[in-house]
Amino acid sequence: MEHPYLFLTKLFELFGLGDFASAYPHVVYSWLVMTVLIVFGFLASKGMSMVPSKVQNVFEIVVSGLDDFIVENIGEEGRLFFPILATIFLYVLLGNLFGLLPGFFPPTSNINTPLSCALVVFVMTHLIGIKYHGVGYIKHFMGAVWWMSPLFLIIELIGHSARVLSLTFRLFGNMMGHELVLGILFSLGGMFLLPLPIMTLGILVAVVQAFVFFMLSMMYFSGAMEHAH
Amino acid sequence: MEALQFFIASVTAAGFGIAIAAFGCGIGQGMGLKAAVEGVARNPESSAKVTVTMLIGLAMIESLCIYALVVSLILIYAHPQAAAIAELFAK
Repeated sequence: MEHPYLFLTKLFELFGLGDFASAYPHVVYSWLVMTVLIVFGFLASKGMSMVPSKVQNVFEIVVSGLDDFIVENIGEEGRLFFPILATIFLYVLLGNLFGLLPGFFPPTSNINTPLSCALVVFVMTHLIGIKYHGVGYIKHFMGAVWWMSPLFLIIELIGHSARVLSLTFRLFGNMMGHELVLGILFSLGGMFLLPLPIMTLGILVAVVQAFVFFMLSMMYFSGAMEHAH
Repeated sequence: MEALQFFIASVTAAGFGIAIAAFGCGIGQGMGLKAAVEGVARNPESSAKVTVTMLIGLAMIESLCIYALVVSLILIYAHPQAAAIAELFAK
């Protein structure tokens, strides 16, 4: 159930790096996602004017949509975290959508990519809490009444660690499951367009999972910023 | 023969595990969908907001089924006895 033909692996073989590219396709394809996003960003901001042209218009819709959503949910302070949240959304969205192109490997279908994004969100949540509340951040883990603090501390610590696991497995499981189902259907009867309905579902799953990852990160940031119970 | 029995048990558990998880997930998503459709029927103007909230809720519930799927896949493909079972099938 491996991808039979990957463009970038063949390209890297021309330079003699074929072993690296075929052992770590998720790293190589995440470089491709980064390149595509950087090139689009450069193109969108090249001739910036008050009356936007076509590419700039598309990106203004995307950026303003994300910004309004963040400010609507967190408040004005949320504007500070727009870069990291929008980057997470665009990177995960593009990484998921790569799975639908033939010859491309989605970097999010290997467990390392979602795990890295989830760890960044986890560290950022605690940095935000410490920045906004200082040492008083520990009150978030104490609970409502002071004499239940030890129990609440353990429960909150386990809950916070479970956030990393749940973010990772939600994204990885959806992408890996999609790839497995496509692989099985191809081996059953691929020449009769059997996998097409699954790929249609795959578009929906890719967009929804990127949005859910982004929205959960935003709510974790918002929970670290607000006052304790 | 120990490895073979372990493999048979793992695969059976994987099959039942994902079936029960899909059963619970189906009921959960059905209840969420029912509430969303009732909300839109009461107030057709709120259709966009209710639809977005419903999709997010469905993705959350679906992720529980995905956790069970990942455990089933680990049982079939990546459990600790994988080396012993692989050599069992190589003969």
